[in-house]
Amino acid sequence: MSALLAAASADADIYVAQNVFFGVIAITMIWAALRVVTTSNVVHAALWLVVVLAGVAVQFIFLGAEFVAVTQVLVYIGAVIVLFLFGVMLTRASMGDDESVAREKRAMAAITGVLLFAVMAVALVDSFEDVRLVIDEPQSTTLVSDSIFSQYIVPFEAVSVLLLAALIGAIVVARRD
Amino acid sequence: MLLNQFLLLAAVLFCIGVYGVLVRKNAMLVLMSVELILNAVNINLVAFGALQDDVGGSVFALFTIAVAAAEVGIGLAIVLLMYRNRRSIDLSEADMLKG
Repeated sequence: MSALLAAASADADIYVAQNVFFGVIAITMIWAALRVVTTSNVVHAALWLVVVLAGVAVQFIFLGAEFVAVTQVLVYIGAVIVLFLFGVMLTRASMGDDESVAREKRAMAAITGVLLFAVMAVALVDSFEDVRLVIDEPQSTTLVSDSIFSQYIVPFEAVSVLLLAALIGAIVVARRD
Repeated sequence: MLLNQFLLLAAVLFCIGVYGVLVRKNAMLVLMSVELILNAVNINLVAFGALQDDVGGSVFALFTIAVAAAEVGIGLAIVLLMYRNRRSIDLSEADMLKG
């Protein structure tokens, strides 16, 4: 852990602005994610989810993946959140609170989450102690599209068929007949 | 920037999502927690892609986004069906299969 902190402070000299921005956005995202899982109002949870998704898009820009960031904004904030809000509207009887969960169930879930994080944090800090990311320039969209349509063409077609199947499946499941 | 700061942020989001899936009773809120988990995985994919200087991470993050969109569509259809049949989307009441 101390090696990580030392590496972080040495690193901070080079990327001061990025690290400050990263910290601010990471804290915002974690706060918003906590609100998503604790707020009792379903609409508020969806709106807090928007904050988390926008934060993830910013992290993608930090990592130089511009195209993924734009897709994140279009697909998640543009489409998925709207779907969620429609779902909330159509099932509005359940707008009530979610506070009836037993205290011990809440405690068990919190313990699970904290333990899971502890295991992952130890593993990550142990394996990637001070590995640096050198991001000189953003990843070019040309490269991404070239590799989607050459190297990854089979998974791409599989995803296309999956989306079609999901579309038809959603219509069949939700159809009133 | 360190690789670990992204990975640890993703781990925090993942664990918050797991907590949400375990603790929420409203099916809509469970789906939102699943979205948190999927986004954490996407951060990991893109971070490792940036580490390797390879576009594979970004490409698979895009695939994950597409699959997540499909998952939300199907999930909301199921939730709507459940609401139509039972007038409730409380997951603790969905115990018809219990013997």
